[in-house]
Amino acid sequence: MTLLLSRWQFGITTVFHFIFVPLTIGLALLLAIMQTAAYRAREDQEKRAKWEQMVVFWRRLFLINFAIGVVTGIVQEFQFGMNWSMYSRYVGSVFGAPLAVEALLAFFLESTFLGIWIFGKGRVSDRVHLASIWLVSIGTMLSAYFILAANAWMQHPVGYKIEGNRAIMTNFWAVMTNSTLISSFLHVFTAALVTATMLILGVSAWHLRRSQKAGDSPHPVFSTSAKLALIVGSVAVVATMFFGDNQARLMETQQPMKMAAAEAQYNTANGASFSLLTIGNLSGDPIFQIRIPHALSVLSDNSWNGPVQGINQVQAKEQATYGKGSYVPVLWVTYWTFRIMVGCGMVMFFGLIWGLWLMYRRKVDTSKWFLRLAIPALALPFVANATGWIFTEMGRQPWVVYGLLKTAKGVSPVGTGYVVTTLVGFTAIYTILAIIDFGLMARYAKLDPDSVDEHGATKAPGDDDDASGTGDGHQADDDRIPALIY
Amino acid sequence: MITIATAAPAYTGLEIFWFLVIAILWVGYFALEGFDFGVGMLLPVVGKTDLDRRVMVNTIGPVWDGNEVWLLVAGGATFAAFPNWYATLFSGFYLPLFLILAALIFRGVAFEYRSKRDLPKWHLAWDHAIFWGSLVPSLLWGVAFANILRGTPIGPHQTYLGSFFNLLNIYSLLGGVTTLLLFALHGSIFLSLKTTEDIKERAEATAKVLAPAATLALLAFLAWTYVNARNGHDVGIVPPFVPILAIAAVAVVGWLMREKLAGWAFIANAVAMVGLIATIFLNLYPRVMVSSISPAYNLTIGNTSSAPYTLKVMTIVALIFTPLVLVYQSWSYWVFRARVRRPAIGAVLPVAGPPATDDTPGTATPDATDAADAADAPNSAADPAAAPTGDGGAR
Ligand code: HDD
Ligand code: HEM
Ligand code: HEM
Repeated sequence: MTLLLSRWQFGITTVFHFIFVPLTIGLALLLAIMQTAAYRAREDQEKRAKWEQMVVFWRRLFLINFAIGVVTGIVQEFQFGMNWSMYSRYVGSVFGAPLAVEALLAFFLESTFLGIWIFGKGRVSDRVHLASIWLVSIGTMLSAYFILAANAWMQHPVGYKIEGNRAIMTNFWAVMTNSTLISSFLHVFTAALVTATMLILGVSAWHLRRSQKAGDSPHPVFSTSAKLALIVGSVAVVATMFFGDNQARLMETQQPMKMAAAEAQYNTANGASFSLLTIGNLSGDPIFQIRIPHALSVLSDNSWNGPVQGINQVQAKEQATYGKGSYVPVLWVTYWTFRIMVGCGMVMFFGLIWGLWLMYRRKVDTSKWFLRLAIPALALPFVANATGWIFTEMGRQPWVVYGLLKTAKGVSPVGTGYVVTTLVGFTAIYTILAIIDFGLMARYAKLDPDSVDEHGATKAPGDDDDASGTGDGHQADDDRIPALIY
Repeated sequence: MITIATAAPAYTGLEIFWFLVIAILWVGYFALEGFDFGVGMLLPVVGKTDLDRRVMVNTIGPVWDGNEVWLLVAGGATFAAFPNWYATLFSGFYLPLFLILAALIFRGVAFEYRSKRDLPKWHLAWDHAIFWGSLVPSLLWGVAFANILRGTPIGPHQTYLGSFFNLLNIYSLLGGVTTLLLFALHGSIFLSLKTTEDIKERAEATAKVLAPAATLALLAFLAWTYVNARNGHDVGIVPPFVPILAIAAVAVVGWLMREKLAGWAFIANAVAMVGLIATIFLNLYPRVMVSSISPAYNLTIGNTSSAPYTLKVMTIVALIFTPLVLVYQSWSYWVFRARVRRPAIGAVLPVAGPPATDDTPGTATPDATDAADAADAPNSAADPAAAPTGDGGAR
């Protein structure tokens, strides 16, 4: 029971963390790009003003999102000790290292320079201010890399030996250059960019539609944002698909059961087809199925007639290696999550291509259906991220560390009552936070960027005090007043 | 004076080094996050109006997240260097840790979301979140460390056999009260350094009240700890000057505050925290958690550590990057060295609470909708929208 509840708790907290994280990673980079554009347009007042306004607008959404990414991350750091203590004892020597390095290298960087970036304008030079958002962005990437290093090791353990009853690291470099890690980092990072661009596109579309309806000309902030999102997004979505395909290929050799489970493919086949949709059950004789011939072989082996192993064959092989037991994950979960992720990717791909085409014909701002559809489409990357993770993690079951440790052996000897308490507690907290967060996001996403200047501006009171002479007059240098941000 | 374990140590220099590193990380966490916890706890005491509280939150705005990372590094380092310690500690202290995490969640979100809507109720709700979110961990970290040292029912397989209630005892609660008071004092000194006028005055007055209380609590806690440590089976090394230094440091805080030497008072209080952590860790060494069932079941740096190779790698990484982190974190404190004052916009909200004497009554804007982003606009010098109205008319 503790095991089941702990699994639910881990799944819920991690997926919740990962709603916000990709947006943070993607938006940080896009904000850095926007601020760079503003910085480079120093000479051109109008251009500069537009880019700066873009930074201000998207920054608000970024910060609302960032807050939740941070606080849910803190839970992640301690969860392994709380609910997976046997796992922690077993893997600590290997798995703890990237976690510690992540905190030291990435979290300090992110949090310190985010502080500089939010509060520092006017107190540091423009150049340092620009550098600080780039450092935040680099911090998010480092953080992703190290945590994925830990996760990749669970998928494909390398650079270790078994000593007594635990895994001992023997080669840090091997852990940090795990083929699974590199492939999964590139996939997750580009997916994060897709996430941010889809959000920008969706919100911009909402504003562009509104000005269309009101008969106004499109706001430059949103027409430029939409175009930036289209360009970055279509490159990123192609890259996501490319690296996802790469992961599938690695998976076929490293975790053949997961690939077979993704497809509910019971028997090894050459030139395996890819099933698009199945109605009925997955036990081998479906009621209705659409299949693309040879596609699975192409996906996992990059060849028309390559062999793809089936569940039965892998099960027999793993039983021979690891002893009696079932090595098959929950098929309907792996099958559908994989399909949903890939499906979302495909839909976004075609959508972004359509957008590019409109952009080429200078019709994005005036299009009707594209903008209308772009608004709900901002949910797609979030669905893809969540299903991607659920697939990756559930597809590895019954293992928590593939081939080494079963999930059931990793759980803490903590009373069921305690786990119920925290499961209910975290779920309740996260539900409240999600409601508040979505409410705030929607509110700020709908804000008119021009209204900020008219009556929302917090000025730099320090400077004004000096200029008007109503201040103390004898203000020491370190007595300047920063604007109140919080 | 010094008692040393008689058994041949089953550990190496690297393990001792990482024990030290983790102690230092906790020192950093207490000394830094301590003051932002303190500011949070003092929100209702020092902040009479909504605007006051906003000023207070802004004193820690740019730095609190960086301070919290000290905890994350401590957690990560414990996981990597002493996995069994990490596993036993956090699965054993399960519910207190949950409470701490819940508190940190609400607190972190509150800082960011408080200003996002201009409704008095909204601000007040988040102020509550900040208050409780700061108070609960301040208390519980002390409780946790006291229990680590006092001993908890840890069985032969390094698993915690007790329940939540084993963690509640007078000694550990005293430890909790001690950290709570120290942090509150730290926060009040910090506020007196970072604010002006009446906020500053109230912070100073609070510090003068808290200083003797914190001194008393620390004296009681460390005396009890020290007496325990001298009692028979204990193997820890605690040179008495360490706890004495801690007590002396916090004892002079009150005097320094009266002498208007707030900067020194802040340092003195930080020294007290160094002394507190040092006493606990020196007393523990070479153990990392004490078993109340049998000394044979104690967790030590030997029987909880990960492999030498991991420690070596981690040492290299830490030696390269820690100085870098220290440099830029100190630099960020330098950038934000200025005092925070009430903003000239004077958007004072009529929030419940005792009527403040220094408010500009006419500037209250209970407008709920459009000003939502007032707080979020950039601090741009090129943005001279509002007219200077002085600091809320307080002068
Ligand atoms: C691919 C990216 C990614 C993934 C898979 C994870 N995280 Fe995360 N995490 C981030 C990317 C990230 C981030 C983008 O870097 C965040 C979001 C906001 C922030 O400050 O950093 C973050 C925040 C964040 C924080 C708070 C940092 C702070 O206070 O500044 C912690 C402690 C963790 N994470 C820990 C974890 C753990 C233990 C994970 C695994 C179970 C995990 N994260 C998965
Ligand atoms: C990096 C360290 C990670 C570790 C140690 C880890 C470990 C685990 C464990 C122990 C489980 C429970 C076994 C199970 O329920 O199937 C699990 C499941 C899961 N994890 Fe991971 N995981 C890690 C990273 C992640 C990340 C970063 C995500 C996504 C953001 C993630 C998403 C999931 C999901 C969705 C499940 C399935 C939940 C369920 O139904 O049980 N994991 N993982
Ligand atoms: C369209 C083509 C796509 C393919 C072929 C693909 C393929 C894959 C594969 C094979 C995995 C599992 C890796 C493993 O378990 O070892 C995976 C995981 C994942 N996918 Fe995709 N994917 C695609 C699109 C997307 C999109 C569009 C997103 C999000 C915007 C996304 C987000 C994720 C995430 C977050 C994971 C889990 C992390 C990981 O294991 O790397 N994927 N993908």
